[in-house]
Amino acid sequence: MRKLHGKAAKNMASVRQLTHLERLEAESITIFREVIAEAERPVLLYSVGKDSAVLLHLARKAFYPSPPPFPLLHVDTTWKFRAMYDLRDRMAQESGMELLVYQNPEAKERGINPFDHGALHTDMWKTEGLKQALDLYGFDAAFGGARRDEEKSRAKERIFSFRSANHRWDPKNQRPELWHLYNARKNKGESVRIFPISNWTELDIWQYIHLNNIPIVPLYFAEPRPTVERDGMILMVDDDRFPLQPGEEPVMRSIRFRTLGCYPLTGAVESSATTLPEVIQETLLTTTSERQGRAIDKDAGGAGMEKKKQEGYF
Amino acid sequence: MSETSLNEPIYKTDALIAEDIDAYLDVHQHKTMLRFITCGSVDDGKSTLIGRLLYDSKMIFEDQLAALEADSKRVGTQGQEIDFALLVDGLAAEREQGITIDVAYRFFATEKRKFIVADTPGHEQYTRNMVTGASTADLAVILIDARKGVLTQTRRHTYLCHLLGIKNIVLAVNKMDLVDYDQSIFNRILMSYRAFASELGITHFTAIPISGFKGDNITTLSENTPWYHGVSLMEHLETVEVADSAAAQKPFRMAVQWVNRPNLDFRGFSGQISSGVIRPGDAVRVLPSGKTSTVSRIVTMDGDLDEALAGQSVTLCFADEIDCSRGDVITIADDPVECADQFEATLVWMDEAEMLPGRAYWLKIGTQTVSATLSVPKYQVNVNSMEQLAARTLDLNAIGVLTVTTDRHIPFTPYADNHDLGGFILIDKISNATVAAGMIRFSLRRADNVHWQATDIGRAHHATLKNQKPAVLWLTGLSGAGKSTIANKVEQRLARMNRHTFLLDGDNVRHGLNKDLGFTDADRVENIRRVGEVAKLMTDAGLIVITAFISPFRAERDMVRQMMQPGEFIEIHVNTPLDEAEKRDVKGLYKKARSGQLKNFTGIDSPYEAPESPEIHIDTTALTADEAADAIVAHLIP
Repeated sequence: MRKLHGKAAKNMASVRQLTHLERLEAESITIFREVIAEAERPVLLYSVGKDSAVLLHLARKAFYPSPPPFPLLHVDTTWKFRAMYDLRDRMAQESGMELLVYQNPEAKERGINPFDHGALHTDMWKTEGLKQALDLYGFDAAFGGARRDEEKSRAKERIFSFRSANHRWDPKNQRPELWHLYNARKNKGESVRIFPISNWTELDIWQYIHLNNIPIVPLYFAEPRPTVERDGMILMVDDDRFPLQPGEEPVMRSIRFRTLGCYPLTGAVESSATTLPEVIQETLLTTTSERQGRAIDKDAGGAGMEKKKQEGYF
Repeated sequence: MSETSLNEPIYKTDALIAEDIDAYLDVHQHKTMLRFITCGSVDDGKSTLIGRLLYDSKMIFEDQLAALEADSKRVGTQGQEIDFALLVDGLAAEREQGITIDVAYRFFATEKRKFIVADTPGHEQYTRNMVTGASTADLAVILIDARKGVLTQTRRHTYLCHLLGIKNIVLAVNKMDLVDYDQSIFNRILMSYRAFASELGITHFTAIPISGFKGDNITTLSENTPWYHGVSLMEHLETVEVADSAAAQKPFRMAVQWVNRPNLDFRGFSGQISSGVIRPGDAVRVLPSGKTSTVSRIVTMDGDLDEALAGQSVTLCFADEIDCSRGDVITIADDPVECADQFEATLVWMDEAEMLPGRAYWLKIGTQTVSATLSVPKYQVNVNSMEQLAARTLDLNAIGVLTVTTDRHIPFTPYADNHDLGGFILIDKISNATVAAGMIRFSLRRADNVHWQATDIGRAHHATLKNQKPAVLWLTGLSGAGKSTIANKVEQRLARMNRHTFLLDGDNVRHGLNKDLGFTDADRVENIRRVGEVAKLMTDAGLIVITAFISPFRAERDMVRQMMQPGEFIEIHVNTPLDEAEKRDVKGLYKKARSGQLKNFTGIDSPYEAPESPEIHIDTTALTADEAADAIVAHLIP
């Protein structure tokens, strides 16, 4: 952004207005720095998606020329797309940050998977896995890439979201958040989840990735991929663990993903967008919201995410 | 989309997006941002208006719309029509109650701007939510139901927005469709609101007749109100000046968040610029130290900048190695901010537990957290009538004006000048809850307007010249315990060792510096505070200070300890049992106290709080005064 504006700024009398992306970026950087100053053991929850990519980029900007003074934590379900694991390892190396990967040992032992276990899969690998990892390492502050525009219950969550010792979120008892003053104080055992990109929209994320050339998983771009169609969702057959039903045959379709999670739970869209501007173009012209591609929101009716969050899900 | 029952949205940029996405992106990357708050009573149609803005700016997708149509029929309040309010009422609990209960943030964008809307509830018990939403808003939309006119709630919302310093106020007279778009009704409301607003000192606001439900004057001017000659609500939101631009034209201020030290060659100070513009070569001053330097670089990951302005997060490097840490404020050198430790402030109480005057809370302002105590309120403000009421405390949602005293000098500005350096929160030290929001009106200790003058010859230099380490030997104990005798002997010994000392004696000080003070608890506290300050100056000058004061209260001795550099305060308990001291009664004071001629005498009718873990303990029943003096000197100079 600054490159775009450098020349313009000099030509203007004395002051220019910051663009919306500059204001958002500055706010996010401020949030990162406040946490570092006030928390004892922070961690960045890195899920490899586009929001995580922006989150990591902002963290690097906040502390430059120092590397971000906290590790990356990937709460793995073993069911992510292969391309996500590739980018995860590459980005950890590039940023000079420590990468911690956590897989819930109980879920692993019981062979919990999205095909046979439905909602239990998300609960055990993600919700329980996250809680276990935070407890194991004793993290008292965890950065997450959630945005308020994603979902209704997120719209009401604070940027510094306080969690009880058993990780529960109490939507009726949130700390007021005024100006840029964040209260990160907590008692032993309690923690905060921090959402530096709370005020970004999906379009802001895409534009920022575009402007800053931030590396993202290639699955966001259209390419012919092996797919099957189930319950109106196009699923990608990413590896040979995908159980095909009788008569089901993978079909090559030009697809891309608007959001990335566990591959058996993430619906693709048919697309021909192979560049970022084309992806943005499709996003803007689309008529369905982002999370629609994810099965997770459909549980428990309209309050699905709110319920999951109270239980400790991000 | 099912457009039969809805007005066609005008914000259709689809053509440009489809034709030339690069051109579209270029336009959008230059958009500015406006944050605003909507305030209204429960039935003013606030959620409907926000839903309408989202819908009209194409922020509602087909799947959401389908869900909305289904929900509208099931739980909506608009019959078979689409209930936009359902789009914004987020949490399950409030969907059941049909009201909004917390602050929620919504997003939409037009070709010119990105908008963040703070949606806050209107009912009285949630003042704290409205104040929260207003704290980051550039503009406030105050909704009025055209059928009801200016209500008590309208006054409250306006007062709170004004209190939080929102300069742009829009009066949206809603539900005009239900009063047949009657101009006289609109005018009547306008007159009544203007009268009230001017009482508060609001000189300027923009009034727009709208219907959130029908869409009148939201994105386009409505044919139903030909008598209205202003702009649509959306056009106003798109063109009004944002606070950032104004902040950039004020003097430079940045609170230091974090000191960036990746290696020995780099030392930068990270923060978000709160006001003004900064360029390499600019002379800056760091407060509260008052030290000055010059900006050598403005560092970002995208490369060094030639200039940075209000709102940006940057890292500054200085030409000189000067002390600067988190909580300090960097300002332009010739126009710094004030430092003070006592303020008059307006407080909004946000906790279920009421405020306790005298209790210490954490106060977070800028990037610094200090300990602070509150006075009894000068007055409480009735947010409905704006009357000033007498109050002994503040409870949930109460607003009052009072004195805040911090445990050290902090750089600040009045809230009206700069929200970042004049707005603060209070945090309960036990529960860690955010219990209040405050706005500094002005400092109460005018003498402190003179900020600390940094001198070239520092305390280390003074001490080196005297070839000694400064210290405070603080003798505490009952009257007649032998403090003055021992102190005198200590000073004699140190003098023989060529140490530079000064003895501050309780009786002597009361003849001069503290002759205005008596012996009440409050005066004893002040007596010790002054002695502490004098002792501190003397240690800065490199001296070894010996004090002989009863100093009966633990809290004040600890206060003096906090004033000193770590390790320099040596507490010496001259321990003589009360009956022994009374038996000695060198000055005949115990006799007078016992007979009632002397009030507030320590040990008789005023308590003595013995030190819990003094550096040195002297048992005068076991040691002579000379032995005690030797022990103290041996501790100081081993």
